Amino acid sequence: MSPSKVASMRDAIAGLVRDGDTVAIEGFTHLISFAAGHEIIRQGRRDLTLARLTPDLVYDQMVAAGVARKLVFSWLGNPGVGGLHAIRRRVEADATGRPPVPPGLELEEYSHFGMVARYTAGAANLPFFPLRSYFETDLPAANPLIRQMPSPYGEDVVYAVPPLRPDVTIIHAQRASAAGDVQVWGLLGCQKEAAFAAERVIAVVEEVVDESVIRADPNRTLLPGLVVDAVVVEPWGAHPSYVQGHYDRDNAFYRAWDAISRDEARLQAWLREWVHGVDGRAAYVEKLGAERIAALRPGSAPSGSVDYGAYR
Amino acid sequence: MMVVAAARELAGKRVCFVGVGLPNIAVNLAQRTVAPDLELVYEAGVFGARPARLPLSIGDPTIVTGATAAVSMFELFAFYLQGGLIDVGFLGAAQIDRYGNINTTVIGDYAMPEVRLPGSGGACEIAINAREVFVIMRQGPRSFVERIDFRTSPGNLGGAAEAERTRRTQGWLGRGPSVVVTDLGVYRFDPSGEMTVASLHPGVTPEAARAATGWDLALPDATPSTAAPREEELRLLRQELDPEGAYLR
Repeated sequence: MSPSKVASMRDAIAGLVRDGDTVAIEGFTHLISFAAGHEIIRQGRRDLTLARLTPDLVYDQMVAAGVARKLVFSWLGNPGVGGLHAIRRRVEADATGRPPVPPGLELEEYSHFGMVARYTAGAANLPFFPLRSYFETDLPAANPLIRQMPSPYGEDVVYAVPPLRPDVTIIHAQRASAAGDVQVWGLLGCQKEAAFAAERVIAVVEEVVDESVIRADPNRTLLPGLVVDAVVVEPWGAHPSYVQGHYDRDNAFYRAWDAISRDEARLQAWLREWVHGVDGRAAYVEKLGAERIAALRPGSAPSGSVDYGAYR
Repeated sequence: MMVVAAARELAGKRVCFVGVGLPNIAVNLAQRTVAPDLELVYEAGVFGARPARLPLSIGDPTIVTGATAAVSMFELFAFYLQGGLIDVGFLGAAQIDRYGNINTTVIGDYAMPEVRLPGSGGACEIAINAREVFVIMRQGPRSFVERIDFRTSPGNLGGAAEAERTRRTQGWLGRGPSVVVTDLGVYRFDPSGEMTVASLHPGVTPEAARAATGWDLALPDATPSTAAPREEELRLLRQELDPEGAYLR
């Protein structure tokens, strides 16, 4: 029986996330570990390179909190609402054309498929990944790491992107065993690729389940405990993002963020209250309040079950 | 009107890649009206979505429940999009030029932009690999421009001849943009690869369309009027799809 990897969020972040690391908190709209992002802020990490396809609010918050020196991404928006203003303020010229208030933020930009391909190359130990994108665009000029290359067979030309190997990838999931076998359902994003590509992996889950639950449905396993360094049990750890079947996306929060993010002083006040002012996700959830929590619970849509068959 | 016009363009299409924002509502309206067999594909990793509520984002939980397939993004981009299964890719744009090349990256200089826009997301690969591209966007002299500040998603490049040659030699599956729907009208592309008016919405004059365009807009002699929204289309939009007016004004 494998030893337990269950750890507190505080211990997992303290032990596995270091200054200067390349950190990927992955989950495409779904299963984004805001709880881990907030703990990284509380522990005062610095000079991180943050990687995600869409930074989402979590990196807008972390950039505003001063943990990051660089962003690797493919879409810089608040999905369905608008922009990520803390990030924009650090990269846009001001009204007089002056550069942003230091410290600015370095950007390394791709497309969605480019980012997915980067993690895939990282996970598969490849020197690059080829894709049919970027032709006739200004992206390769803006990012010289996106390079055209000929196919070794025939006349085709493709574009290559380099591998992305995060120092630490943090994912959120519905459940895992104490040994770190992670299962998810809903949007899979590129969590798997980002985790296999990483040096260290933290899996934050709604609940820990017995190994027998995992073994009863092996098709549902995203990651084996083999690649997971810590399992953190943090119900509602993805809020305001969501967990399929557990809670809804807090769209009201995403909408409200636009006004908060546009005003630097207001954003800093929000961080003081909701990140620095709570000692962890449990306190954050309590502060959200039972009514808000209850409103985010979805109806039920069970999947039924399948029979793998017992073969002896 | 814009959403209704965009939805109508999807008649007869089979597999549509749904983009964030206005494409989301247009595609959902189309599925309930002119294209009931339309398969909705979301870049977040869903094929055959049947959202019970209008998704605010393209990664909303409602696109998963009841869908045909929830797959990894690698699978979605590699096998569905790059593999050639997408009939229509729906894109938004901050800036577009006469040949349908799109900017969603920066206004101003890339190194020190005046406005940092969201960037490509999936748009760049959608423009190249979807069999055809629909664009939905608001029209004005700052969005319909002579020259875009940054080319995020390629359209007809410098014209149809160049685009045709480039697509062939580089092996693109996509044939490029086929329609642009704005709040003023519906545009298609002429044999030279340039946008031309197909119809203007009720109440929009050719002069207004010209004034809202940063280049010398090609207008036919007689400009048809876009058919006004039908009652059923409006009912679906206002009562079922977007009762809170999140998308519609």
